[in-house]
Amino acid sequence: MRQNLAVEIGTGLFVLLGIGALFFLTTQTTGRNDFAGTDTYTVQARFENVGSLKTRAPVAMSGVTIGRVTNIEFDGESLEAVVTLVIDRRFSQIPDDSDASILTAGLLGSQYIGLQAGGSELYLEEGSEILFTQSAIVLENLIGKFLVKSGSDE
Amino acid sequence: MTRLLREVFSPALEFVRNFGAMVLFFVQLLRYTPWTFVRRFGLVVGQVYNAGALSIVIIMVCGLFVGGVLGLQAFANLERFNAEEATGILAAFALVKEIGPVITALLFAGRAGTALASEIGLMKATDQLSAMEMMAVNPMQRVLVPRFLGGVISVPLLTAVFTMVGLLGAHLVAVELLGVDVGAFWQQLQQAMDVEDVYEGIIKSIVFGVVASLLAVWEGYSAVPTAEGVGRATTRTVVATAIAVLILDFMITASLI
Repeated sequence: MRQNLAVEIGTGLFVLLGIGALFFLTTQTTGRNDFAGTDTYTVQARFENVGSLKTRAPVAMSGVTIGRVTNIEFDGESLEAVVTLVIDRRFSQIPDDSDASILTAGLLGSQYIGLQAGGSELYLEEGSEILFTQSAIVLENLIGKFLVKSGSDE
Repeated sequence: MTRLLREVFSPALEFVRNFGAMVLFFVQLLRYTPWTFVRRFGLVVGQVYNAGALSIVIIMVCGLFVGGVLGLQAFANLERFNAEEATGILAAFALVKEIGPVITALLFAGRAGTALASEIGLMKATDQLSAMEMMAVNPMQRVLVPRFLGGVISVPLLTAVFTMVGLLGAHLVAVELLGVDVGAFWQQLQQAMDVEDVYEGIIKSIVFGVVASLLAVWEGYSAVPTAEGVGRATTRTVVATAIAVLILDFMITASLI
């Protein structure tokens, strides 16, 4: 009986430790926790070029994450990329002439959407579209331009 | 000419026959699994203790040092690109997706699989399994399925513990020893990893758990009932598990990418 008890306690501890470790792995090592965002509204923005922006990339304003990219698709008629973002409902007073640009975190970091506040009295709301957008800076294009420019100087 | 053919083909045929017998054995195991799980749950708990709880120390020690060495290697090479902060990403991806499941399965085969195979082999060699059948007790239900289930439950849990301790090891080496910033280490890691990456590791650990347990139980059950045969079954368990796990690891990774 005594030995049985030890086996059961040992097994219980082992299983609890294992489940605890699984929980740790799924919650603490993955990047979901910085924006839980249950109460959100959806906004769209059109970009000429989204670079390597991915879904679930952060949407930041003044460097603080306020939302997330949920969908990126290509509009075959206007030949632009349509990016769908969700923004936390707490930040419902973002002017509707705000400017969205695709930025890179650090030189080699991942890309995110940065919002720059505008001056309008009207605010972004569910389903509205951000009109002023700036595409991702593609490093190769930049280098190409630089080379052409430095070539024409001579 | 026919002799040559026979010599080439008979090992191949033997392998195929063995494999077929193992698959049938696996089906039998699955058939008795619900009954054992419900009616003889105590036996399963006992085997989880044998296969899992008693392996926890070796798993944690190995995890700590594997994580530590990953941290060292990642740091030493990333330093050249001034990207030491990415040490966490590299160690975490390696641990969660590949090294955690694979090394845990190999350690399990060495620590618990061999014990299972030799135990069952010895039971067979000393006619205990036949004696059970004589008493109208199905050895499948009482002996084999609980051991199989014990392994299947233990391996994913052991893998999770191994990976967690490995991350801790990488953290200790990179942050405490080599001076990578704590915030950068964990934040970059969390940004780079998706839940899907963790799921990949979990899927692998489940598959490896089934394979490692099946092979251990099967090798024991199909052992030649002599002292030599039991010894050979033990060896074959480790070899077969290592090969199967490494091949399956490649196949799962290829199918998920």
